[in-house]
Amino acid sequence: MHDVRTGAATAPRYPYPSVTSRTPGPRTDAGVYSRYARRYARLVTMPTTAPPAHALADVTASDSTLRRFLHGLPGVDAVGLEARAASLGTRSIKTTAKAYAIDLAISMVDLTTLEGADTPGKVRALGAKAVHPDPTDRTAPTTAAVCVYPDMVAVAKEAVAGSGVKVASVATAFPAGRAALDVKLADVREAVAAGADEIDMVIDRGAFLAGKYLKVYDEILAVKEACGANARLKVIFETGELSTYDNIRRASWLGMLAGADFIKTSTGKVAVNATPANTLLMLEAVRDFRAQTGVQVGVKPAGGIRTSKDAVKFLVLVNETAGADWLDNHWFRFGASSLLNDLLMQRQKLASGRYSGPDYVTVD
Amino acid sequence: MDMEMLSSAFEYAPAPESRSVVDIAPSYGLFIDGEFVEATGGKVFKTVSPSTEEVLSEVAEAAEEDVDRAVRAARKAFEKWSALPGAERAKYLFRIARIIQERSRELAVLETLDNGKPIKETRDADLPLVAAHFFYYAGWADKLDHAGFGADPRPLGVAGQVIPWNFPLLMLAWKIAPALATGNTVVLKPAETTPLSALFFADVCRQAGLPKGVVNIVTGDGRTGAALVAHPDVNKVAFTGSTAVGKQIARTVAGTRKKLTLELGGKGANIVFDDAPIDQAVEGIVSGIFFNQGQVCCAGSRLLVQESIQDELLDALKRRLSTLRLGDPLDKNTDIGAINSAEQLARITALAEKGEAEGAERWSPACELPSSGYWFAPTLFTNVTQAHTIAREEIFGPVLSVLTFRTPDEAVAKANNTQYGLSAGIWSEKGSRILAVASKLRAGVIWSNTFNKFDPTSPFGGYKESGFGREGGRHGLEAYLDV
Repeated sequence: MHDVRTGAATAPRYPYPSVTSRTPGPRTDAGVYSRYARRYARLVTMPTTAPPAHALADVTASDSTLRRFLHGLPGVDAVGLEARAASLGTRSIKTTAKAYAIDLAISMVDLTTLEGADTPGKVRALGAKAVHPDPTDRTAPTTAAVCVYPDMVAVAKEAVAGSGVKVASVATAFPAGRAALDVKLADVREAVAAGADEIDMVIDRGAFLAGKYLKVYDEILAVKEACGANARLKVIFETGELSTYDNIRRASWLGMLAGADFIKTSTGKVAVNATPANTLLMLEAVRDFRAQTGVQVGVKPAGGIRTSKDAVKFLVLVNETAGADWLDNHWFRFGASSLLNDLLMQRQKLASGRYSGPDYVTVD
Repeated sequence: MDMEMLSSAFEYAPAPESRSVVDIAPSYGLFIDGEFVEATGGKVFKTVSPSTEEVLSEVAEAAEEDVDRAVRAARKAFEKWSALPGAERAKYLFRIARIIQERSRELAVLETLDNGKPIKETRDADLPLVAAHFFYYAGWADKLDHAGFGADPRPLGVAGQVIPWNFPLLMLAWKIAPALATGNTVVLKPAETTPLSALFFADVCRQAGLPKGVVNIVTGDGRTGAALVAHPDVNKVAFTGSTAVGKQIARTVAGTRKKLTLELGGKGANIVFDDAPIDQAVEGIVSGIFFNQGQVCCAGSRLLVQESIQDELLDALKRRLSTLRLGDPLDKNTDIGAINSAEQLARITALAEKGEAEGAERWSPACELPSSGYWFAPTLFTNVTQAHTIAREEIFGPVLSVLTFRTPDEAVAKANNTQYGLSAGIWSEKGSRILAVASKLRAGVIWSNTFNKFDPTSPFGGYKESGFGREGGRHGLEAYLDV
């Protein structure tokens, strides 16, 4: 099914392509899945070496300019933000819209295993599942990526070889991020050398909460450089530790200013992970950032999204906040593990009219 | 760099709420003394669905004699009802509240059909608030001694209540719940274009075993309302509606001992300071003027935005308005429903045209209007000044007038420069500014960093030509007590 895998196109990371330069691709009537297949082919890589050269480059000139910029962002009213997220959560997505959303959600999953107990066998099983999520229906789209620790990247790479599924690796002393910069960079380099297509880094929340924004910025910049020409960088804020929505908005802009390809809510390792409200807020941030700089950045909510119903609600947030340009696994991901099986069961139910149950999906 | 646009948008499939949950009879009589009866002379009028112009039912038109019958039934019931211990009256009110909750889906669909507002609103706003009002005032019924009016405050007698079409069942709840809790009996006239939910409420009263005559519903047009207000045996008149009719009612009851509360029009100012939470302010502006198609007396119909953020805010607002979904009110994803009547649509259309003629700049998102029914696209006017008609007159539709200000003093001056004084909104992240500005605004309800939020515990009412008297909260009891 997934025959369109022309590999990554290469283009200079800077200057940023303007949004309007994105040209519509060929439209075919080959059905919904070839559309997804084309999307996977678009998981392109962006080489980088220099700091960003966009309209906001000046704000990172010094600690004080950066602080002034971040603190000058409009505040977030928590009650209003949560009310908006809840209101979008009441959208009723049925029939054809549901089928579209479920397949889109499957194609956006970063299938994740981040356990101390991970073994090559476990990672291979995960890779196989990412490539063929539904053993009974090979028309199911592949997931966007598998997400593993750096030492498992090589195994994962082999497991998904030739499928178009990316391998993402958490790095930078995940999940706490409490290590020296050299150690974090070595972590990143190892993952990239092993073939990781994407790096999921954690920011130094301690430095952020202490107001040392430039330190956080410089660290992201360094990690971005260590990612080299081919790996896309996802920057994890651990929103549950940043605690306030104002902080999440500031962190989002900080990450985007430093060249993040994705901004990501959380590690999945703390009490509060992705929520509709914090994801809505980050979607507003990428929308506004693109409006100001022309640079499009992806969003990845991670942790706590377990049901199809939840996933569809997140897609509604994407659709009505950032807009249709983000409804693509190049720009939006779900960091999840158990979500995939629920999506597959709902997909089977839509196709057959019956709910097959957990014995008809793979347990890994 | 391969950046192919994605090939399809996320189109929401139709998700209509089922009409079959509500059974509308081909005709309805008046609800007098616990029974549905025909009007004297047998006159009827039709009620239509504003989104399709389909006739939903025929409803009896109450003549003066019918109003008299209803008032006499209420008078007869008053003696026993007012003598009941408060705790007993509370039981009926609690029962009504529970039945409304149980039948909320049916009532929401009915209200959407008869009024034209989206099911999302009737389901998530109207019906929960209706039930909440009955629960809230049920709680007061046996605690009136502690309401701050002295020991054993007495009810007034028979309340004649006339309500509008914008929130038919909610306005009924605002009127009937406090009246019954305090021991009054009522004759209520629903609006001519939205009589059905009040008639279904009559059925709820029967289901709750409410004694006959405590609640009477007389349907009809303005003449029925005028007869009710003028009836000599009515002790209390409560009216929500237009300022013009309110003034007429005030003249009618002048010189009588009738106690009067009026909740009339408004031209609410929604003030956005440059330190506002922009994304949430945009949501507040949208819910302020496009909730219920702007047919809300406390709508934030004047946006006062600080000049320094005008462009940024208007860009964000226009982008947001482009995502509003207008169409079938029964579809669960509809944000903007139909205008309630052809008459109201004509009024909105005329005022919007006047806005354009006076030089304001008109903008609406790309938006296809259904071919039948009464529809008006969400509309925004910029370059509006205090001198424009659309900055002064209540439009009562989805039309926002945008004005600017430079300083907090100017914002306050402009906000207060209106004949009305019902609502206002303040958007700022600075608490001290919110308090300082709120204390200077002459409006009955002031929201900060939110808009159009209602709660039965909170009093609601106006200054100046927006009326007098308060509904809701402890204050709302006073209107129905002889104190």
